[in-house]
Amino acid sequence: MTSLRGRTLAATLDRPLTRELWRLVDAQPASPDEAVIGPDRIGETLNVRRSADGPASNAIVLPAHLDYLAAGDIIAIAPAGTQVEVLWRRRSPHNSILLTERCDNYCLMCSQPPKERDDSGLLRRAAALIRMLPPNAPELGFTGGEPTLYGGGLVALLRTATQCLPDTELHLLSNGRRFADPDFAAEYATVNNPRLMVGIPVFGAESSLHDYVVQARGAFDETITGILALARLRQRVEVRVVLQKHTAPAIVEIAEFIARNLPFVEKVALMGLEMTGLARANLADVWIDPYDYLGDLAEAAQLLKHAGVRTNIYNHQLCVLDRRVWPLAVRSISDWKNEFLPECMSCSVREDCGGLFASSVKHRYSDHITPIFQSAIPAPPSSSAFSRP
Amino acid sequence: MRQRLTLEPAPGPLEHLPFRFERWADGRVLVTNMVGEHVFLSGEEFVALAELRIEDPALHRRLRAKHIIRQRGEKLPVELLALKYQTQHHRLADFTGLHMFVVTLRCEHSCNYCQVSRRTVNRTEFDMSPDTARAAVDAAFRSPSPQLKFEFQGGEPLLNMEIVQLVTEEAQRRNATEGRRLAFVIASNLALLDDDVLDFADKHDVYFSTSLDGPQELHNRNRPRPGRDSWERAISGVARIRERLGHHRVSALMTTTAASLGRVRDIIDCYLEQGFRDVFLRPLSPYGFALRQRQRRGYDMTAWIDFYTEGMDYILELNAQGVPVVETYSALVLKKMLTNAPHGYVDLTSPAGIGIGALVYNYDGAVYASDEGRMLAENGDTTFRLGHLAHDSYETLMTGAALLDPLEESYTGSAPQCSDCAFERWCGADPVFHHATVGDPLGRKPESAFCRRNTAVFRYLLDRYAVDPRAREIFRAWAAR
Repeated sequence: MTSLRGRTLAATLDRPLTRELWRLVDAQPASPDEAVIGPDRIGETLNVRRSADGPASNAIVLPAHLDYLAAGDIIAIAPAGTQVEVLWRRRSPHNSILLTERCDNYCLMCSQPPKERDDSGLLRRAAALIRMLPPNAPELGFTGGEPTLYGGGLVALLRTATQCLPDTELHLLSNGRRFADPDFAAEYATVNNPRLMVGIPVFGAESSLHDYVVQARGAFDETITGILALARLRQRVEVRVVLQKHTAPAIVEIAEFIARNLPFVEKVALMGLEMTGLARANLADVWIDPYDYLGDLAEAAQLLKHAGVRTNIYNHQLCVLDRRVWPLAVRSISDWKNEFLPECMSCSVREDCGGLFASSVKHRYSDHITPIFQSAIPAPPSSSAFSRP
Repeated sequence: MRQRLTLEPAPGPLEHLPFRFERWADGRVLVTNMVGEHVFLSGEEFVALAELRIEDPALHRRLRAKHIIRQRGEKLPVELLALKYQTQHHRLADFTGLHMFVVTLRCEHSCNYCQVSRRTVNRTEFDMSPDTARAAVDAAFRSPSPQLKFEFQGGEPLLNMEIVQLVTEEAQRRNATEGRRLAFVIASNLALLDDDVLDFADKHDVYFSTSLDGPQELHNRNRPRPGRDSWERAISGVARIRERLGHHRVSALMTTTAASLGRVRDIIDCYLEQGFRDVFLRPLSPYGFALRQRQRRGYDMTAWIDFYTEGMDYILELNAQGVPVVETYSALVLKKMLTNAPHGYVDLTSPAGIGIGALVYNYDGAVYASDEGRMLAENGDTTFRLGHLAHDSYETLMTGAALLDPLEESYTGSAPQCSDCAFERWCGADPVFHHATVGDPLGRKPESAFCRRNTAVFRYLLDRYAVDPRAREIFRAWAAR
């Protein structure tokens, strides 16, 4: 999940804000980093109260698309009050912090196209944000760009998170290449947090396909070497495979490779395309209708499951998934990103379906989205009682 | 603007990684890499591989993914192969995990195919003594294995429950300080099962393994006993164990006799009717009593292969209908074909499982490298006798020529015709079988029934795996067991 940004509609501030991060509260702020929404026009105006200020002397009028903000959420406001970003939603189970937009891969379907500029301010802001988070936060993700480009800086941040949020599940997304450096892998392992897991994409069973998809020669060898290094250090690893035009036809081969060469990974995520960023720019080069790989995806998922690797399928609608693997499908699309089509309204399994990314609805989705009528599903064969045919 | 990378493989010369191959009658070629991952190639593709002139990018990717070729000097494929090879041999370092105690030679059955010369029920000189039993437990605990399985054999072990109990209690007492994972199994025909045995099994977590040859009349013909009620007693024993201890506490094994041929469906049906989900389609062993009887009861391996094939076809049919029945031997082979996980089956490993996978403590204190080695000794051939508990130290037993020579000579990694066999990683060495049949631990593979049987199993499984997506999924599930 990336930050939600917005230009504010108006700002009345007596002087520029000296802090960037604000936690929203319902009532009178108790500490200097808290702000209240309303009461002027409920849900739209942010009243920023500094500890020494009079009531409501500073107000920022929020754009309409941010009117869902609620107490406990954390936002970043530009000094003049003109820009606002939502960094933390208390009620979302999927909060992630963007650490950088720089990356040494250039994946054809990247949803967060890399930018080559120093944005290390994001790392400092992340450290400040972590200190403001509630200790009972269930989960926190770190994304990029490629967070490991910070090297020791990332490790320091993870250590801060481990200290401030000892009970929170931490999930780092990385292309894994940096872990091929044994010194960095060892340094990462010193964070020593059993709730920390790193998700690393693998897009092929050998280098030519993977390197093509990530547009970086040598990436496959570094990524796999990195995963092996993490395994030796007993670090938790999730492997992610995005199904796109080139990887989908090879998905069984990729699953076999993972099952045979990386069976120690904790989890495999088989993920549908999100039609944002480079995926849109490269539409013709990455798009494949999930209906066209439905059988292979089911075989790959079952294969991994049998190999003892916990496997889930993300971002796929149930009507374009083989029923055998429905139990592996996760309703993963964030509540603010998912939508349904008119034909979904009569579907009997809509409640169990992740729906579609809003971006997919807008740009490209399967030609085979059709409502499912549950009564058509035959009962699964009994696995306990012996029934002769 | 970035320079766009293409899907072409990186330029540069290719080289072979170690691989082996086997031609199929239809022109396809099976290629296996050094850890037993396989691909089927067409004749032309195979020539392209052999000559390293691989123009088809899809073939190039397949062969690289399976670690059959690499770009010259590439390190990662070798590192991954090494890891897989290491994992496959992981159990070797644990050393002996299975310890078989022949607590008596007495038996009230008189099965034609019995591998041991049975003794009549009242001749107690064929029972293991308490001193021998204690010395055997000592020897078992000398093994560094973190798991020790104690299997009670006979004869019929229920005829000497005193020693079964002594061994179990002694092992558990010692384990209070040793901290190994212990398992206890009684291999019994269950005819003499009573409440005392069940009480004991309940208290000490003992499992049972019994013989079930199939339908009543077939079983009773194969396994005569006074009263001709072996099947009825086995079935009732199974029911009592399940009721008292739980369904999973008893498993069954069948032996294929000449009378079983043509009846594989009946046998599988019988297993299912009796609530078993695992059927082990096991050929007759050419040992001891069984060997002598061979002219009368035996059959050619071709007949067993037909039996196995028909049985597997039926089992896959049943699975397709939602009846999850497993053929145990195929499942073991598939584990080797499709994973790197070492399995605990001592009869299909290389180095062979003799001594280093299993040890047999005979009733008289003699120690054998395998159950079959003990059976040969009962017929006068003491080749696989490693020594005696009363006179030999553990070191002497485990480092003598009687163990090390056949281990080395039969090792499939160097044995003629095994070392270049495409199936080598899935197969095993059976020095006792080859000694018993042709007089040396290595054997001559073209004449070896062991080789014929396993080759047939490998070919059957590969053919189904290649063409039948349903079978493929079932096989993967079996391999995961």
